[in-house]
Amino acid sequence: MSKIAFVQKNKIPPSPAPISEVGVIGWLKQNLFSSWFNTLLTLLSIYFIFIILKDFIPWAWGGHWDTKSLRECLDLNPDVACFSVLTARWKQLLFGLYPAEEYWRPTVTFILLIFSIIPILFPKYFRFFWFSIIYPGLAIWLLWGGSIWSVGIVYIGFFLGVLLFILLLRNITKNMVITGISSILFVILFFIFFSNYLVKNLDIIIPISLPPVESLKMGGFTLSLIVGITGIVASFPIGILLALGRQSNLPIIKMICVGFIEFIRGVPLITLLFVASVLLNYFLPPGTNFDIVLRVIIMVTLFSAAYMAEVIRGGLAGLPLGQHEASSSLGLTYWQSQRLVIMPQALKISIPGIVNTFIGLFKDTTLVSIISLRDPVGLASTIRADQTWNGIYWELYVAIGLMFFVVCFGMSQYSQYLERKLKTDK
Amino acid sequence: MEKTKINITDEVAIHISEMNKWYGNFHVLRDINLEVMRGERIVVCGPSGSGKSTLIRCINRLEEHQKGRIIVDGTELTTDLKNIDKIRSEVGMVFQHFNLFPHLTTLENCTLAPIWVRETPSKEAQEIAMEMLEKVKIPEQAHKYPGQLSGGQQQRVAIARSLCMKPRIMLFDEVTSALDPEMIKEVLDTMIQLAEDGMTMICVTHEMGFARQVSDRVIFMDDGQIVEQNEPESFFNKPQSDRTKLFLSQILGH
Repeated sequence: MSKIAFVQKNKIPPSPAPISEVGVIGWLKQNLFSSWFNTLLTLLSIYFIFIILKDFIPWAWGGHWDTKSLRECLDLNPDVACFSVLTARWKQLLFGLYPAEEYWRPTVTFILLIFSIIPILFPKYFRFFWFSIIYPGLAIWLLWGGSIWSVGIVYIGFFLGVLLFILLLRNITKNMVITGISSILFVILFFIFFSNYLVKNLDIIIPISLPPVESLKMGGFTLSLIVGITGIVASFPIGILLALGRQSNLPIIKMICVGFIEFIRGVPLITLLFVASVLLNYFLPPGTNFDIVLRVIIMVTLFSAAYMAEVIRGGLAGLPLGQHEASSSLGLTYWQSQRLVIMPQALKISIPGIVNTFIGLFKDTTLVSIISLRDPVGLASTIRADQTWNGIYWELYVAIGLMFFVVCFGMSQYSQYLERKLKTDK
Repeated sequence: MEKTKINITDEVAIHISEMNKWYGNFHVLRDINLEVMRGERIVVCGPSGSGKSTLIRCINRLEEHQKGRIIVDGTELTTDLKNIDKIRSEVGMVFQHFNLFPHLTTLENCTLAPIWVRETPSKEAQEIAMEMLEKVKIPEQAHKYPGQLSGGQQQRVAIARSLCMKPRIMLFDEVTSALDPEMIKEVLDTMIQLAEDGMTMICVTHEMGFARQVSDRVIFMDDGQIVEQNEPESFFNKPQSDRTKLFLSQILGH
């Protein structure tokens, strides 16, 4: 019989782990060579990476940058890349058919874009949100040109609306619905009756304008960014509202949201783009000239809003019911609890899905080449149709791919940063 | 163990009459009549599924009742959203699973409702929050997130969060049931302290020691009905109904 009773009298102090388990050697052993099968996989992978790079590096590294045509490249050395097509046409890839003497405008627009995005991405460190608010108007004016007042009037209208809203709320009534509706009514009336008159007069008093550039001239990566970024910014709030609507207790709102989401998700984006470019003209009153880029943006936005709604609904479903109950029991109203308690958590859960949708949307902008807008992919066909560059494939598509990769990789990295930053359970 | 009854006033805090509730066809609450005085401490117990949680969740309208009346602090609960919001901001509730907001720090959890519902200036709200966190004895955790706290600490934060709204009535829904045994005491101590301060409390709990020590009245529910209610001394020593006797023998028997 063994003795059952036992008392530990010495405390064992912690000691360092064996050398083979920590540091570089430990890491290699654990991750690459942990069994004979993993070792085999590691070696195979290294071999594959090697054979791909063995051909790619000399091809890219030795590439020609300053020949006049593809013919010339092939005569020099047919085995290396002919990047000269980029040297010759990079401006077109970036700006499409935008007038060459106005290239500074899209350039400035995109430099300013960075400044307008920074305070939204890093709100803790940069606090010039006002710029993010005026940027959209500024960008539209810079890109499309015309009088600054035709854009400025929109800001003036909304500013007056907000001003009226605050004044009514402070002095007349506390009722949000009444003040809200009357301010919106005021803004609508303002745009119908006063805006034309105001724009004309302001134009005479302070004439600031740029030569107008029409939408069909927009192209290249500029167009991708215009459609992609506007789509991303607009589809996000619409997606949130759709997701909330789908969860609503009000049957009609719920039905509309479900119907919209299911319809849009069930139709290919290309179909929607065709509707935007061709069919919409049949439904609109004759003579209305509804900007093609705007039509595309609306379709792309609706398309990704439907996806966004489902992603966010996933996040909402992931929240315990107790969160709703706790915020209700504290007396928060529906909208307060959505904004302060539910959405911050639901959106955090959905970050990977949201960014996935954003990236998808951004890459889907290349589909506009099918309705003959000149995005980079559309331009690639145009360039290849040119005698000088006929027959070139790799170099163009590698460059276009790289442009999209940089933006999408950036988004992906930011989403990972955000997930780390918002982690509160450790 | 001597408890004071001086707190109970003859002002009615909650008045429930002929209240009925159904989940679909299932009759959860049947003809509930209950009058709670200001300052009174009530413990509701009963087997699971007896409707005790549903009862207190009806008081702040987390559940809707279909028949009868509930009047809280002189305001009747109807479909009128204004009344509901008013009652909710004056009735605090603590849940079994804490339901703290995980994306906010302890302090932010406590200041959220005062700032948005009461429109308290944020500095003042923070002062109130610190005061309440001190009351539940965890001011040092103010800047941590709920996920970094133990269960007992989280539950105390949840109590502090409710107290920050300066409620006149507190509802406790099995607040110790999800806790490890060694943490139950710290939460109960906080509740005892609240009771001594004269808060009107309705606690759904299985902690019979707490019921004996603190409550003015124990209510036993079964099958959606109030089966028996009495002062704790008589309730535990001389239960009248067979169902009460069976229940007590089951939970006190081991």
